[in-house]
Formats: sequence, structure tokens, C-alpha cells
Amino acid sequence: MIAVKDLCKIYTMGGEPLAALDGVSLSFDRGAYLSVTGPSGSGKSTLMNVLGGLDRPTRGTYTFEGEDVSGLDDDQLAHFRNQRIGFVFQSFQLLARQTALQNVELPMIYAGVSPKDRQDRAIQLLGKVGLGERIHHRPTQLSGGQQQRVAIARALANSPDLLLADEPTGALDSATGKDVLALFENLNRDGLTVIVVTHDASVAARAKRQIGFEDGRIVLDKVLRA
Amino acid sequence: MKRMDLVRSAAGAIIAHPMRSALTSLGVVIGVAAVVIMTSIGLGAQQRVMGAISGLGSNLIIISPAASRSGFVAQAAGTDISITGADAEALAKQLDGVVAVAPSVRGQAQLAAEGTNWNSRIEGVTPDYLIARDLSIGQGRMFDDREARQGRTVAVIGTTVARELFGEADPLGKRIRVGGSPFQVVGILTPKGQSGFGQDQDDIVLGPLGAVRSRVVGRRVKGDAVQTIYLKTANEKDLDRVQEDATNLLRERHRIREGQDDDFQAQNMASILKASEAATQTFTILLAAVAAVSLVVGGVGIMNIMLVAVTERTREIGLRMAVGAKRADILAQFALESVALSLAGGVLGLVIGVIGTVILAKLAGWPIAIASWAAPLALGFSVLVGLVFGAYPSWRAAQLDPIEALRRE
Repeated sequence: MIAVKDLCKIYTMGGEPLAALDGVSLSFDRGAYLSVTGPSGSGKSTLMNVLGGLDRPTRGTYTFEGEDVSGLDDDQLAHFRNQRIGFVFQSFQLLARQTALQNVELPMIYAGVSPKDRQDRAIQLLGKVGLGERIHHRPTQLSGGQQQRVAIARALANSPDLLLADEPTGALDSATGKDVLALFENLNRDGLTVIVVTHDASVAARAKRQIGFEDGRIVLDKVLRA
Repeated sequence: MKRMDLVRSAAGAIIAHPMRSALTSLGVVIGVAAVVIMTSIGLGAQQRVMGAISGLGSNLIIISPAASRSGFVAQAAGTDISITGADAEALAKQLDGVVAVAPSVRGQAQLAAEGTNWNSRIEGVTPDYLIARDLSIGQGRMFDDREARQGRTVAVIGTTVARELFGEADPLGKRIRVGGSPFQVVGILTPKGQSGFGQDQDDIVLGPLGAVRSRVVGRRVKGDAVQTIYLKTANEKDLDRVQEDATNLLRERHRIREGQDDDFQAQNMASILKASEAATQTFTILLAAVAAVSLVVGGVGIMNIMLVAVTERTREIGLRMAVGAKRADILAQFALESVALSLAGGVLGLVIGVIGTVILAKLAGWPIAIASWAAPLALGFSVLVGLVFGAYPSWRAAQLDPIEALRRE
């Protein structure tokens, strides 16, 4: 189980404290598929950063499969991100100088996987996202949808427990966006926990559970499907 | 992050911008090449001076008249010649550990033989002179003590004199006129070539001390006076002691009271060598320091470009952190990149420096002298420059906040 309790994140803007998260509590089990919606500045990105171990809450607790994540130091957080979390970004965030294969290998380099093993795993993952023919292409030689699939393969490299996708379809046309969402649904069906942050209602509607944010608080928590 | 992955990532980053990397390294290339060339010039100069000094003869003490003073006015050294043949005899008799004592007078004289003539140095010496100056006879013989005492007009000539006066003919037994006085050639010196100071050491005539003094240089050197006494000790560690004994003995013979200045000066080769070694070493260090400044400038160039690279690659850094890079991994990645840039410049600079030294040595006619420590020093310094000047940019990279970094355009 993944749970946050009374989560607060307070920034100081021009001397004034500003609560990006204001007492957020949320929990979900392995295999959940959540969408998080809300206007920009509502705190949904901050929640993602905390869940992903990129940011620490000002107050509150974060437990991940029984482990207290809020108490980890920088290096422990890096290890946590590396082993537990897969990130998918709106702008893909691929390394332009490296091939699809090398991009997918990156998290495994930091995990200390041997070159042979990580290459095998990267080829297998690129095949899984439908890019088996393009493993040696660089990002500039791939379409947006293909780039996002490379990013998803990279997110899966170290077999994470939680996939965090921030506006994964924001930079894609609706057809390729649907392909990406279908991929998420497949992964979720195989047991992966997925959280998608979006302000696209049609994307949000495909999750099993929808969380709505406003002013740093949860204003909507609706189960869409079992 | 594994070491090989770090190296590959650094190499990739450098190759990604070949022109920029080359220009960045250029400062270090020039700096290292300058260090190598400068230290080689210093070392070459040092070797030339050492060669020149040790060419005078080993384990040698040179005693010459001191500059005398009339009142407060210092005269040129040797104005009043204060040392004599009797001094030399006393030194030979009373000093321990001396293998040769050779008094000498010298002058420049016009030589004539068989219709040709030549101007050369002539030295009036005793047979021990050969031992003191590490000379030897190539053909014929050296005149002996008896001939020297009797004032016989015999001479030993250098190969240059032999060639100029006699050409291919055998000079042994022939007569030459030295400044008007006839001398018979009894021996030819083994050629020694050019001295370190650029003087032809074979362009010389040696004659017995008495005969040369009275017949050739008599106007300037009166009575029993000599211009130089060469002392050769049996071994190097006796040099200082023998020099001190000789000084004491001469002060006593010259009746110099305590507190008065010597009227002669004694120098030994070891101390001259040491002094000139110290001087050339200072020169070498100075040159290297000047060159090292350009290395520092090269380092600043690397720092500049590394800061640019960190800014340019902020998103890459954020992404690497997001997928699990620790701060230490980011630090190592950029530090290694900086060291690799600097080291590549160092290797190229070393090659250019060595080639430059060889060309310079050829042009100037010097011996090629590249210090054995030049290569490790140059490479060590370029690694150090990379580390020092890469430290701040790498630290900046490692301190980035991953969220901010990922958001950067």
C-alpha cells in the first residue's frame, strides 16, 4: 500500500507562505490506476513530485509499501526513485545524443546492472512498447508518440512499483495519445500501479479512480471502475 | 555508476561538440607545450654550462690573482700579479691529496712556420698541466721537467695549430716561431674539440713555463709570477679541504694578516658547478612558472566551458537525477569530463612540446634535453587543472534541484 497522510508543502513566495499542498491524505493499493486532475497551481504536480521522491513534504508522512519515504536523505531518495518509481514526462525528457536503447538503459546504469543484462532488458522493453525495430534511432529520428514510448520503456527499466505520468499525452495528437493510454492500461492490467496527472477530462476518465485538486486540497475522489 | 559508463559518457559529451572541445583544450595544449619547451630550454642551458665547466677538468681548484685595491679603488683582477711559481712549488710540496699543481702563464701570439702564419693562444706550463686539465698527447711527447727548468724552447701544439701551420705534413720536429722566438714541436695534443663556451680547445700552443714567460708574455708577467695555478685533487671530496689548506698556505706565504683580504682567489670546480647549477635551476623554474601561468589560463577556459555545459545540460542533469543518479554520480560525470578535456589537451601539448623542443634544439644547435619528469609533470598538471577548474562547475551541477532542472527549457 502507498499512503500519504496530512501532507503539507509550503513554499515561501516573496515572504508570504504559500501552501501547494494543504493537508492531503490519500492511499491506494498495488494495481491502482489513478488520474489526478485540477487547474494549474492546484497542487497536483507537487503531489506527483512528493510521490516520486523528487521533493520532500514540509509536514506529513509518506509510506511506500511500509517504508517511510519522508525520512530519506538525498542519496536514499535517489535510490528510491531508481528502484521504485518510473517517470513519464509531458516533454519525454529523452537524451538527444543517445539512441533509444541507450536512453532505456540509463536507469539501469545507475542501478549498477551489467552492460549485457541492461542491453538485453532494454531491447525487450522496447519490443514491449512496439519499438523493436527502432532501438538504434535517436529521439530526433522518432515521432512524438514513438519518443513517448521510449520514455515509457525507460520508466519500466528497473521494474518500478509505481508509474508516474505527468501530462503524458499533452504533447501528442489524440490518436497517438490514445495509443499511449492503451499502453498504460495494459501495464496496469499486468499489475503496475499507475498515476496520470492531466487536465484532459477524457484522459482522466480512463483511470479507475479520479482525484480532483483545488488550492492544494483534494476536492474530488471518485471511483470510476472497479 | 560504473567507471566505464562514466568514461563513455564523458567521451560522448566531448565528441558531441568536437570544435568546442578542441578550442577548450587549446589553452591546456599551449600551456603544457610551453611547460615542456621551457623546461627543456632551461635544462639544455644547464647541460651546456655544466659541460663547459666540467670540460675545464675534474677535481680542479683554480688559483688566480685577486683584484687588488689601491686605496678604495678596485683594480681589475690580475692587475698586480701576486702568485708565483714558488707558490706553486710550495703548494705541491706541502699539500696532501693533490695529484697535480700546474702554474701557468698565457698570452696571444703570432705563430709562423714554413711560410704560413696563424694567431693562437700560447700557454707556458709545467708537464703537470696535462694531468690538471685532463689533456693527453696524441703524437710525440710532452716536454719534461728538465727541459722546462732549462728553459728549452720546445712546444706541444693543438691539432688546429698543426693543421693551420703544416697542413697535411707531420709537424713533429719542425720549428715554429712564436712571437719571434723559435720553438721546436715535440708533441701534438689529442683533439678536444670545442669547449662549452664555444672556444676551440685545439687552437693552442703549450711551452715550458720559463721559456714562454721570458720570450713570449714577458712584458706583462714579471719575475717568477704566474697567472694561474691549477690544483688537481685525487678525489672530489678533498676539494674543499685542499682549497682551504691552499688558501691558508698562500696567506701565510704572502704575509696577509688576519682580517686582510686575500690577494688571490681560489675557486674549485665543484663549487662553481654548484653555483651555476643553482643559477640555471632558478632559470628553469622561472621559465616553468611563466609557462604554468598559461596552464592556469587554459584551466579557466575549461571552467568557462564546463559552466556553459552545465547550464546547457540542466534538463539532462534533472532527468538523470529523476531516474536515480545520486549527486555524487553527477559530480563524477562532470568532473571526469573536465579532466578528460584537460588531459586530452595535456597529451597533445606534450607531443607538440617534444616536437617543438627537437626543432628548437636543431635550429639553435643545442643538445636535445627533455627532462624525464616533463611527461609525468605535464600530464599530472593537466589532470590537476581539470580537477581544480572542473570542481566548481561539477559541484554546481550536483547541487541542482531535479524538479527545477527538469522544468528548465
